[in-house]
Amino acid sequence: MSIELWTAILACLSFAGYVYLGWRFRVKSVRGFFVADQSVPALANGVATAADWMSAASFISMAGLISFLGYDGSIYILGWTGGYVLLALLVAPYLRKCAKYTIPDFIGDRYDSDAVRMAAAQATIFVSVIYIAGQVRGIGIVFSRFLQVDISIGVTIGLVLIAFFTILGGMKSITWTQVAQYCVLIVAYLIPAFALSALLTNIFIPQLGFTFSDILERLNGLQSELGFAEYTQPFHSRSMIDVLAITLTLMIGTAGLPHIVVRTFTVPNVRAARFSVAWALLFIAILYTTAPALAGFARYNLVQSLQGKTAPQIQQLDWTSKWENTGLLTLEDKDGDGFLRFTPDEQTNEITIDQDIIVLSTPEVANLSPMLVGLVAVGGLAAAISTASGLLLVIASSMSHDIWYRIINPDSRESHRLTASRVTVGLAIAIAGYFGINPPGFVAQTVAFAFGLASASLFPAIILGIFDKRANGQGAIAGMLVGLLFTTYYIIGANYYDVPTWVLGISPEGIGVVGMALNLVTAVGVSRLTAPPSEQVSAMVDDLRMP
Amino acid sequence: MADYRKAYWQANLVLIFALLGVWFLTSIVFSILLVEPLNAIQLGGIPFGFWMAQQGSIYIFVALVFVYAIRMDKLDQKYGGTIQPQNSAPESDKEVSNILQK
Repeated sequence: MSIELWTAILACLSFAGYVYLGWRFRVKSVRGFFVADQSVPALANGVATAADWMSAASFISMAGLISFLGYDGSIYILGWTGGYVLLALLVAPYLRKCAKYTIPDFIGDRYDSDAVRMAAAQATIFVSVIYIAGQVRGIGIVFSRFLQVDISIGVTIGLVLIAFFTILGGMKSITWTQVAQYCVLIVAYLIPAFALSALLTNIFIPQLGFTFSDILERLNGLQSELGFAEYTQPFHSRSMIDVLAITLTLMIGTAGLPHIVVRTFTVPNVRAARFSVAWALLFIAILYTTAPALAGFARYNLVQSLQGKTAPQIQQLDWTSKWENTGLLTLEDKDGDGFLRFTPDEQTNEITIDQDIIVLSTPEVANLSPMLVGLVAVGGLAAAISTASGLLLVIASSMSHDIWYRIINPDSRESHRLTASRVTVGLAIAIAGYFGINPPGFVAQTVAFAFGLASASLFPAIILGIFDKRANGQGAIAGMLVGLLFTTYYIIGANYYDVPTWVLGISPEGIGVVGMALNLVTAVGVSRLTAPPSEQVSAMVDDLRMP
Repeated sequence: MADYRKAYWQANLVLIFALLGVWFLTSIVFSILLVEPLNAIQLGGIPFGFWMAQQGSIYIFVALVFVYAIRMDKLDQKYGGTIQPQNSAPESDKEVSNILQK
């Protein structure tokens, strides 16, 4: 059977499974809709968080990105796992104790201010909308590459599916479909990685093959021969201070990303919240320790199979002709000598490779059956759908719960609130669909913005709310304003107005950590200069510190 | 704040600081600041600093969050009799009381 047919069959099977789970866990209460009745066991919530977290970008692009960056790609590996340590130690248990529905809910009550609530709700919506555009686009891309369907049709199919289980069952349906999606995506990721590891290092487990074989030594040798920096050589594309700042920003941003933080509201108690983050990181680590190994293997395989061959020899390789058709691989014999050269210099380089090929082509490179190629496509879909559904719920809950119910219409009945939530999910899906089909050109830069924003605004407000009893509403507002304005100014200036990166040469992706520091200092200072929070708030903080 | 609550919170803070110290050492110091000198050491077929950045740190992160959850369990038990009587009930009852509070 062909790859297309297998992909179509597997996609239909997995979609049927998600629809069934969505229907099975439909809900009738606001509490079910927003926090899955707080009844999700720690282990299941860990799995769901892992699926929520690992997006189309983690699944499809990350290993490719690392394989082009070598050591400097560690920023993603470290940043997107280290944040869970902060989440587990500083955020999750206390937010669960508060038993709220959303982050703005916690921030608004802790600082006893609707202005702070509104600021937090808007930051939440903005961060999540930026994020979801990429996810929806990811669904469309997988559809178009593997099933030759138009991107906008792919986006529509994906969104109709997500709409079905999100509107019906809110957080509860999302949780259990995410559990299923994690299983699909991790199997799809690991099988080709195991096969490639066995093929290139004779060691079956990629993490061990990466560490204990001589593949990196050989890769470093090949890289130097071609004039590239050694694969393990640090700081050849970014300075040390920049690597440091980006890693910290990604870590802190992770611990403040709304769609991840809200998952900790869905477990039964504080103890389960601690363990659910631990399980989540374990399940994430399975993919995140495989990715750098896969990146190294793929790089080695690529460099070795392309180097020094004549143009017709390369074009005869099975996978090159296929990917050349998609435009993700370009081969051009610039100097006309019959050889294709892969070099770091853009002028003379004759082989251009899109980073996304790395994961998507591994099954073919490792000579796996068409069924497994289809499985990787379905894994990519699972990764994109699970993250998109988590984000949609966060956008909808900020609009319907924080803004509509808590600020505009606090007297509304529960049945109205539930309807409002379902309607806002529909609205959020429409927004996501629009951005998926007409992607704004700034998506790549705005993902950096999402992490910068989460770390400069939401994270400090949450942390101070828990660990600094003296922090008050004025401090929180002033801190968020300073953090946001600084971060926005720096990112927009560097991206659009050619302002030099004047803070120690830190690139816009890493400026969030500086924004966070400014936010913290401002919030602590302003809080000390103004009246202390009320008795009631003080009691709330005492209470959230006890399990 | 009552004394036992203070003691519980202090013990929690000490644990958090200790674990974050390890977190900082592995991810920031070993994987980034000292990566160049550490790369002179080989671990298997791989320079040690590079391995810390792309493998070792992640294993340590996983260990840290599990250690925190398990140690906090112990701490909860130690202070369990004195903090909030309704929470010292067995797990299943705790869930019920949580639900009733909503």
